[in-house]
Amino acid sequence: MSRRKFLGCLTAALGATTGVRSIAHAASNKHFEGYPDSFGVLHDSTKCIGCRQCEKACNEVNELGSPEKPFDDLKVLDTRRRTDEAAYTVVNKFEPAQPGPKSSPVFAKIQCNHCQEPACASACFVKAFKKDKTGAVIYDESLCVGCRYCMVACPFNVPAYTYNDPITPKVTKCTMCHPRILEGKLPGCVEICPKEALVFGKRKDLIKLAWKRINEKPDNYIQHVYGEHEMGGTSWLYLSGVPFDQIGMREDLGVTPAPQLTSGALAAVPIVVGLWPVLLTGVYAIAQRKDKIAKEEKDAAVKEAIDQATDEMNKQLAQLKDKMTKEQQNAVANEVKKALEEAAKKAEAEAAAADGEGGSEDAPEAGKEDK
Amino acid sequence: MSQENKAIQPEPYNWFTPFNILTAVVLAVGAVLTFMRFTQGMGAVTNLDNNNPWGIWIGFDLLCGVALAAGGFTTSAACYIFGLKRFHSAVRPAILTAFLGYALVVFALHYDVGRPWKLPYPIFVSQGTSSLLFEVGLCVFLYLTVLFIEWTPAAFEWLGFKKLRTIVVRLTLLLTIFGVVLSTLHQSSLGALFMIAPSKLHPLWYSGYLHVYFFISAIFAGLSMVIFEGTMAHKWLHHKMDDTHLAEADGVVLGFGKAASFIMMGYFGIKVIGLAVDNNWHYLGTGWGAWYLVEMIGFVLFPAILYSVGAREKNLKFIRIAAAWTVLGIVLNRFNVSLVAFNYHLPAADRYFPSLSEIGITLFVVFVGITVYRFITAKMPILYEHPEYKDEH
Repeated sequence: MSRRKFLGCLTAALGATTGVRSIAHAASNKHFEGYPDSFGVLHDSTKCIGCRQCEKACNEVNELGSPEKPFDDLKVLDTRRRTDEAAYTVVNKFEPAQPGPKSSPVFAKIQCNHCQEPACASACFVKAFKKDKTGAVIYDESLCVGCRYCMVACPFNVPAYTYNDPITPKVTKCTMCHPRILEGKLPGCVEICPKEALVFGKRKDLIKLAWKRINEKPDNYIQHVYGEHEMGGTSWLYLSGVPFDQIGMREDLGVTPAPQLTSGALAAVPIVVGLWPVLLTGVYAIAQRKDKIAKEEKDAAVKEAIDQATDEMNKQLAQLKDKMTKEQQNAVANEVKKALEEAAKKAEAEAAAADGEGGSEDAPEAGKEDK
Repeated sequence: MSQENKAIQPEPYNWFTPFNILTAVVLAVGAVLTFMRFTQGMGAVTNLDNNNPWGIWIGFDLLCGVALAAGGFTTSAACYIFGLKRFHSAVRPAILTAFLGYALVVFALHYDVGRPWKLPYPIFVSQGTSSLLFEVGLCVFLYLTVLFIEWTPAAFEWLGFKKLRTIVVRLTLLLTIFGVVLSTLHQSSLGALFMIAPSKLHPLWYSGYLHVYFFISAIFAGLSMVIFEGTMAHKWLHHKMDDTHLAEADGVVLGFGKAASFIMMGYFGIKVIGLAVDNNWHYLGTGWGAWYLVEMIGFVLFPAILYSVGAREKNLKFIRIAAAWTVLGIVLNRFNVSLVAFNYHLPAADRYFPSLSEIGITLFVVFVGITVYRFITAKMPILYEHPEYKDEH
C-alpha cells in the first residue's frame, strides 16, 4: 500500500467515524450561492391590503382544516400572530411609527423564507430538511425524530410543532407549495393574491425586479431587499416602504449563512479526535515514567541506605571482633603471665618448703586454671 | 472486614423512612405523568410552544445532566491517565454516577422528543452530520457504551465473573482515553448547539467560544459533583465504605477542590476575554448584565475563591460548600443559556416557564437515578473493594 493510499484510507476512516467528510462543506469557506435556477417569491408589502386571501388559499392547498375564525374576519389582524400547525402563513398588521408614502397600516405576510442555506437543514440531525433545487426547503416527516432543534435554529421563528399529537407529531411549515411547483403551478398564496403583492419567479429575476421597483420609485421604498443577503439569502424576498423592523422583521440577523455559525465548532471534531489520543497517551507515558523513575529513585535510596547500614555494621563488627581478639589475647597473655608468675612463686615456695618439709599438690591445680 | 460483612449480610430493613416515602410518591406521580405524556402528547404536560421548543427537559435533564456527569471522565482521567493513584477509590463512584447520569439523559430524552422510538435514527438511518446535535447524539451513544463497559467490572465482581472482569480491566486505559475524547466532543457541542442562533441568545451568553466554555465548565462541574456526591454518600452510605475509601476520601476532596479552583479561575478568565472579544461590556450596565454578573461573580468567582481558600487551609468544609455552590452555578449557567437568556427578545407573554408536570417528570427522573444508585451501591463493590480483588491496581 502506497503512502498516499494509506493516508487516503486513514482520512476516509476518520471521516466515517466522525462524520467529517460530509461536513466538509459546512466547515469550508465556500459560499453556497443557491441552486442556479431556483424559484422564489417577492412580497411587496406596499401593495398588500391585508385581505387574508393568501391564508385561505394556503389552508385549502395544504388541507389544514377549518380555521377558528373565518378568513374574511379581518379583526384577527388586530393581534400579532405567528405560523403554527394550523396556518403555514399569516398576515400581520402594523402601525409604523414613521408612516410610509402610503397611509398606515402596513401588512406583512410571514411564512417559511426558504433560506439559501437553511438553519433548519443545517441543524437537523437526521437530514429531515432539504433545500430542493426548486428553492423550496422541504421536510420529510418519515425521518423526523421530533427533537425540535430546527425550531431553535430558525432565525425567523417559522417551524411549528404538533405538540398535542402523541403518536405522529411533526414539524409544520410552508412548503413553498413544492408539489404544485413540480406540476408547473403557482404557489397557492401567489395565485390567489388580488393585488399582485406576491410575485413568483426565479430568485435572480426577482432580485432584479425588486431593485427595479426601488429604483423606479425610490421614495416609495426602503433601499433594501429583505432576504437578498439576510442569513446568506432567502428564496422569499421583501419590499417595504417602512423600516423592516417596524413590520416585525429583524434587521440584526446578519448575512452569515447558518451553517457557518457552527462550522468552527464542527471543525474542532477532527482536531480533538486526532490530537487527544496522542496527547493523552503521551501524558499517560509521562505519568508512568514519572512513577517508574520515582520508584527507581526510591529503590536506589533504599538500597543505598541498606548498603550504608550494612557497611557500618560490618565495620563495627570488625572493630568489635578486633577488640575482642585483642582482649582475648591480652587475657590469655595475662593468664599465662599470671600462671607463670604463680608457678614461679610456687616454685620458689616449694623450694623454700623443700628446704623445710617437702611434698606438693599445687601443680595439678595450676593445670586446672588453664582450661 | 467489618464493612464487607455489613454489605453482605442484610440487616432488617426499615422501608418506611421519610426518604423512601418521598421516593415512592415522586415515582407514583411520575408514572401518572408518563402515562399522560405518551397518550395525550407533549402538549398535555408541558408549557412548550412554537417559540419555545426546548424547556426544562432539555435545560436540566440534558444540559445539566451531562455536565454533572462529567465526573466520570475527569476522575478516570486523573487516576488512569495522569497517574494520580491516590484518587483511585473515587473512580468507581464517579463512573457509576456518570453511567447513571447519561442513562438518565437518554431516558429523559424519550419524554422530550416527539417520536422517541426513532432515537436511533440519527446514528443508524439518516446521519445529519452538519448538525451539532448529531455530534452530541453520536458521542452520548458511544460514551454511554464506554461508561457501561467501564462499570461492568463492579457488576462482574458482584456476580463472580472473573474472566470477563479481567478482560475489561485490561481495557481500562483505552476506554479512559476514548471516554475523554468523546466527553470533550459532546460536552463542548452541547454549548455549540446554541451557536446557530445568535439572534435568539442574549449577547452576554452567546459567544463564538460557547463550545469552549461548555467544555471547561463541564470539567469543574464534574470535579464538584464528585465532591458533592461523595459528601452525600458519606452522610448516608458511610457504612458501605472500606478503610481505603475512607482514608482516601479527604485527599480526593482536597485534590479535586484545588483542581477545581484553578480551572474555575481559568474559566472566569476566558469568559472575560470572550466579553472583550465581542466588546459586550456595555451590556453589563443593563438588567441582563446584572444577572450575568450574578452568575459570573456569585457562582464562578466566589466558589473558585472558596475552593482555593479551602485547599490552602485544608478546610474540607469550605471545599464541600464550594462544591455544592458550583453545582448550583452550573445549573444556573445551563438554564441561562437554554432558557433564561434564550428568546430574550420575545415579549414577556411569549416567554417560557416550565409547567408543574414538566417539573414533576424532571423530579421523577432524578429520583429514578437516586433509587438505582442506592440499589447498586447496596449490592455491588462501588464504595469498597471486593475482597477477592484487593490490592490489584
